[in-house]
Amino acid sequence: MGISPVLWQFLVKWLNASALFPSEASTIAPYMDALYFFLLAITFVGVLLVAILLVVFSVRYRKAVHPVATQIEGSTLLEATWTIIPLGLFLICFVWGALLYFRIYNPPVNSMNIYIVGKQWMWKAEHPGGQHEINALHVPTGQPIQLTMISQDVFHSFSIPAFRIKREVIPGRYSTVWFQATTPGEYHLFCTQYCGTNHSAMIGTITVLTPEDYKKWTEQSTSGMSLAQNGERLFASMGCNACHSGNAAARGPSLAGVYGSKLLLTNGSQVLVNDAYLRDAILNPSQHVTSGYTPIMPTYQGQISEDGLIDLVEYLKNLSSNDRVQQTLTTSQSDQAAPSASGVVKP
Amino acid sequence: MSAPSPTILKLPDQSTATLPKKNFINAEHGLLSWLLTGDHKRIAILYLISITFFFFIGGAFAGLIRLELLTPQGDLVSSDTYNKLFTMHGIIMVFLFLVPSVPATLGNFLIPMMIGARDLAFPKINLLSWYLYIAAGTLMLTAMALGGVDTGWTFTTPLSTHYLNTHVLTTAVAVFIAGFSSIFTGLNFIVTIHRMRCPGMTWFRMPLFVWAHYAASILMVLGTPVLAITLVLVALERVFGIGVFDPSKGGDPLLFQHLFWFYSHPAVYIMILPGMAVISEVVSTFSRKRVFGYTAVAFSSVAIALFGFFVWEHHMFIMGVSNYSALVFSLLTMLVAVPSAIKIFNWCFTLQQGSITFETPMLYAFGFMGLFTIGGLTGVFLGSLGMDIQLTETYFIVAHFHFVMVGGMLMAFLSGIHFWWPKMTGRMYPESLSKLAAVVTFIGFNLTFMPQFILGYLGMPRRYHAYPQEFQVLNVLSTAGATVLGVGYLLPVLYLAWSLKYGAIAGDNPWQATGLEWQTQSPPLTENFTEIPIMDHEAYDYEWLEHKTQHEVTHVG
Repeated sequence: MGISPVLWQFLVKWLNASALFPSEASTIAPYMDALYFFLLAITFVGVLLVAILLVVFSVRYRKAVHPVATQIEGSTLLEATWTIIPLGLFLICFVWGALLYFRIYNPPVNSMNIYIVGKQWMWKAEHPGGQHEINALHVPTGQPIQLTMISQDVFHSFSIPAFRIKREVIPGRYSTVWFQATTPGEYHLFCTQYCGTNHSAMIGTITVLTPEDYKKWTEQSTSGMSLAQNGERLFASMGCNACHSGNAAARGPSLAGVYGSKLLLTNGSQVLVNDAYLRDAILNPSQHVTSGYTPIMPTYQGQISEDGLIDLVEYLKNLSSNDRVQQTLTTSQSDQAAPSASGVVKP
Repeated sequence: MSAPSPTILKLPDQSTATLPKKNFINAEHGLLSWLLTGDHKRIAILYLISITFFFFIGGAFAGLIRLELLTPQGDLVSSDTYNKLFTMHGIIMVFLFLVPSVPATLGNFLIPMMIGARDLAFPKINLLSWYLYIAAGTLMLTAMALGGVDTGWTFTTPLSTHYLNTHVLTTAVAVFIAGFSSIFTGLNFIVTIHRMRCPGMTWFRMPLFVWAHYAASILMVLGTPVLAITLVLVALERVFGIGVFDPSKGGDPLLFQHLFWFYSHPAVYIMILPGMAVISEVVSTFSRKRVFGYTAVAFSSVAIALFGFFVWEHHMFIMGVSNYSALVFSLLTMLVAVPSAIKIFNWCFTLQQGSITFETPMLYAFGFMGLFTIGGLTGVFLGSLGMDIQLTETYFIVAHFHFVMVGGMLMAFLSGIHFWWPKMTGRMYPESLSKLAAVVTFIGFNLTFMPQFILGYLGMPRRYHAYPQEFQVLNVLSTAGATVLGVGYLLPVLYLAWSLKYGAIAGDNPWQATGLEWQTQSPPLTENFTEIPIMDHEAYDYEWLEHKTQHEVTHVG
């Protein structure tokens, strides 16, 4: 062979550095791959069957050996066969796929929540402890992690191929996905929904750490303020505490322990208070008036960023009593000074 | 007697044969006689020229995309340019090539002839549909010349309404107009098929070509208006900010996708059903046999059209739709796969006990059956909910729809063009060169799109200008394939143009086919038939044809 050794070396290196199958780095990955191989098997058998029929018939009934065609109308039995067998196979794919889908999109109750905000063209991750990351996400192995995601502008999509998960990140609406990482290492994060000029630059690195390394990482990278603490400051600086003080005579309902409860609204409907409800109630309060209260809350649409909303939601999630709310209220009323904390809120 | 010839081709004696003195091509002269024609055959030719033009523009964009993806870095064009390239490739190929490809050319030319009519029901609307197509094409070219558009062919809001400064409106208007062109074509076909069948042409004596076009026409007429409404809403939102799709005004950005896919999923069947129409005719003719299970194939077209309207949400499984609605749409998606499987097996068994020859149209049809099977089965991957999470929005989906649209539809289109070329022009294409083109296309196609399935499972997102290093080898293979594929598509243009002057005279029925369109001269008269035929036999009745031929021989001889 006349191929130059340099070129040969280059080719070998090039091929070795290339990927043919994604690594399995989450608990869901083996389940996904099992279904994938099942579907691949169906495809191979199906294509092989069609190819065999085409080749065998072409050889046996070519004009040279079979000069006169025998006219056949059809065969109900044969046609029923190739209706029912594919239908059966497709239904297996349906059930199997549905089971997997429900597994991926229903997070376990004990999962750790991390917030993701997508914007043109970056990913912001916010850990409950106040760690902020851009185009990166550090997660521990062995712990189910739920991502609560929202977009600040257009549709994005959060995809980690090595975990076999993906979910659309939608403007104005929380979407969630969960995973449990199994193998420490670094993996690709892609935005898979076309989102404008730098769509292909909206990528990042998922770093999976052992639980010990993760603990070290959280201690080193904290910003000093947890999301809930940020939220508490916002709650005061935006004046939420004036009405939602927990006093019996207050103009707004008490918010302590409201997360996870069922609320009766003035329009008669019952709602479960979750992240999405809290966010909506802040932005469109007139649509979400708790029974027994008047619709006097102004909208905060445009006055608070998605990050700020996440802080507030995280704060309300963990709010179990109104003691501190009332304390803050008294302090701020006594000296009439604007709370200095508002400057801390990240844009 | 020597071994029977390996071809069914029967040409008249070339030393004496001439084209018929009077035919639709030389009936009138001058450019105006074409531009103001009401003849469905002339309009078909106008369409054929225009869609070929747009196919090569769209193809050039695809070539640039593949060239950019040769290297992992975005180094050939800028990100914005790249985004414009795939957007305009998609829009041109979908709206200006695939949707009108078979119906507006072959369908236009053949449907009246196949059912024994002199023209379509509304010749002027037919001409209007071509003018609308040209208007849409011109607007699209204008948008391109002014700087292009980068929404992606899906026009996803709020990106298209609030975040882009390119020529979204011009393009939306172009697609809106192209939509009306296809509505008019569909309308014309439906009315023609209902009202203008010749005596004896019952529904179940119609060629399957007509059945599949009927199903596709229903989709065009019922689906396309939804696209028009959606585009109007996008335009209103962009210009006046009405906020139907804007969450900050209480709108729902997902609503756009529901509306868009309510058209664009049936649109997939608008594109593929006419392709299936061609395959039924070709497979039957070259195996000298009635299509196996005629009724099943006919009804499977209708079933595809019906189910096709109820699967749109499978484009949105990861978009936060209710898990239970996803369940319903996944099930319906599995059901729509069945009629396609029925068709494939029915075509396979049409070959059984046949007397098969392998001319170019048949080679393309074999290519269609193989590639469409792969395209269809990979669709099951995407319809299967959990699997869709990993595969959607990646190169897997790109490969899947190219297998259906290019491997399926384009193969069928080329099969049909070669099959009816002698009817349309009166001359044969060069056989060995065209066989080469069919093989080159098949090889090039597989080399281009097979690696993309692997890339997709690896997670390479679609519409990426730059990509991680480890995906390069597969992308290089794909680009190499695209080069071969390009050659495969250029060849037919060259030799078909050559054959217009130098091709052998074809005679009325070179393939010994049974359709009514073959029982008249090639190229046909403007009126198609000297007298309206009477259909006194089933479709694909080769014994009737043989009897008729013998009868003629004894009478003339």
